[in-house]
Amino acid sequence: MADEIKAAPPATFKVTIDNITIDVKPGTTILNAARQIGGDVAPPAMCYYSKLEGSGGKCRTCLVEVAAGSTADPRPMPKLVASCRTTVMDGMVVKNITSDRVLDARNGVVEFLLINHPLDCPICDQAGECNLQDLSYNHGEEGTRYQFARRTFVKEDIGPYIQLHMTRCILCYRCVFVAEQITNKRVHGVVDRGDHAAISTYISRAVDNDFSGNMIDVCPVGALTDKTFRFKNRVWFTKPVDAHRNCQTPGCCGKATLWMRGDEVFRVTTRKDPWGEVQSFDGKPGWICNTCRFDKKDAKDWVVEGLTTISRHSVIGTNKYETLQVPAETVKEVMKGQAPKLLMNIHNVSEVNNPNIHLSEIDRPAHADDFSESATHTPGQGESDQFGRTN
Amino acid sequence: MQALTNRVKEVSRKPMSLWERMYLPAVFKGMVITFSHIFKKTPTINYPEKKRPFSPVFRGLQILNRDEEGRENCTACGLCAVACPAEAITMEAAERQPGEEHLYREEKYAARYEINMLRCIFCGLCEDACPKDAIYLSETFTPADYQRKQFIYNKKDLLIPHPKEEPEAYKKALGNRAGNKTAN
Repeated sequence: MADEIKAAPPATFKVTIDNITIDVKPGTTILNAARQIGGDVAPPAMCYYSKLEGSGGKCRTCLVEVAAGSTADPRPMPKLVASCRTTVMDGMVVKNITSDRVLDARNGVVEFLLINHPLDCPICDQAGECNLQDLSYNHGEEGTRYQFARRTFVKEDIGPYIQLHMTRCILCYRCVFVAEQITNKRVHGVVDRGDHAAISTYISRAVDNDFSGNMIDVCPVGALTDKTFRFKNRVWFTKPVDAHRNCQTPGCCGKATLWMRGDEVFRVTTRKDPWGEVQSFDGKPGWICNTCRFDKKDAKDWVVEGLTTISRHSVIGTNKYETLQVPAETVKEVMKGQAPKLLMNIHNVSEVNNPNIHLSEIDRPAHADDFSESATHTPGQGESDQFGRTN
Repeated sequence: MQALTNRVKEVSRKPMSLWERMYLPAVFKGMVITFSHIFKKTPTINYPEKKRPFSPVFRGLQILNRDEEGRENCTACGLCAVACPAEAITMEAAERQPGEEHLYREEKYAARYEINMLRCIFCGLCEDACPKDAIYLSETFTPADYQRKQFIYNKKDLLIPHPKEEPEAYKKALGNRAGNKTAN
């Protein structure tokens, strides 16, 4: 074999995914090649996160069929492969949504992921931006065949900022990678094995690192949610706004998405790319620090850039915000200074969205006493509303 | 001019005859028709003493349901509000505290829940959207009122009576349809 001359590998590999051919660099995974094509061709990923080293290969939702291994060896791969862990070969032919085997396997994977999932989406704060919700909507069955009790856990408090719901966890390990690679000290991990495996701090320690909040953003399900946003509002009723601030924390990019309701900032998250991952700025992932995320809940702390673009498939688009410009009140101008006659000021009657209750200032979920009579004060007769009208 | 349809009737412009100018025969003819109705069956229903039966798919005023122990079903998931085409429903959620388990079924509940009946079109999409069996359209009309502010219904107006504390009012609020369902 000594006289065998190996041809130099080509600079780019030609790979065909769902009949679309693309040239990619050697060493690219099938998943990333498919993401370069974009659209429905890209397989869904629950555990793979391109900004986290070592992630992927666990959830099996990105399984694809390789119909031809390469130009040199065009035999198909016998089993479906995890596209996040398999690198492309020159002349590889991949089938994703054009393969019935793949769709069938994906349905099975989703059924497995949902075996222990409590499906408490009506309560869960992740609902509306949850990868598992999207996945089960596209691939899941309406009912379950599982007849046993779903696993439950003793509730663990992991600090003042992050709410852990272990029952919703799919063990993707993303949050563990975040703690390992972004923070300098990891205090949580996956303990126990098999059905008992759980995200835990082991001896109830608070996750209090300055970048621990990014665990919330990488979580594909509602296992880790923002305690300061808990139950405040449904995500599709909030107004996502791109904003930045000059953050002094080293490693914090200061660019974030504010989820607002009126002028109140209910939640701060990192900016997301079309794959649900944190956006990169200057080649670096735009993680934000806990100060930006949890302590800057005042619109004055931020410089607003504009509305966040929301995918038209997302339920968040039902918030109907298309522009940040509030149309000017012209009645007074047209009526020669005469204010419009208001038949009913809704705040005099309605108890919801009381302008005197500021939910963003409460750093925990609201309780009954936050809405009690003593906490509220409804504007009475003679007080003027936002247009300077009295009634 | 040619008529567009065959239902056109020519109006007679002839001057009236003496018989017609007397009017009395025509008046008697009319009175005969009027008095003949005394002996016919009256189609009028004396509302509110008598009420017509509702259609099985009648959609009336919303009620917020409780479970058999009297805990509120609503968990403020916002699906009714997002499904509402008239944007009549608004709510605010709160977390259930220890000691409130007998009041609310889930760990999150609607601290405030309002339906603007001026906006509501009684389409029933909220009932369709609800994953928690919490909102139903009942067999009652929204009562009329002279003031707009009376039409903002809050949780106190919408909640079904407690099944254990006020069993009779609860049974009444369930209505005929729900009663029929349990009987079957």
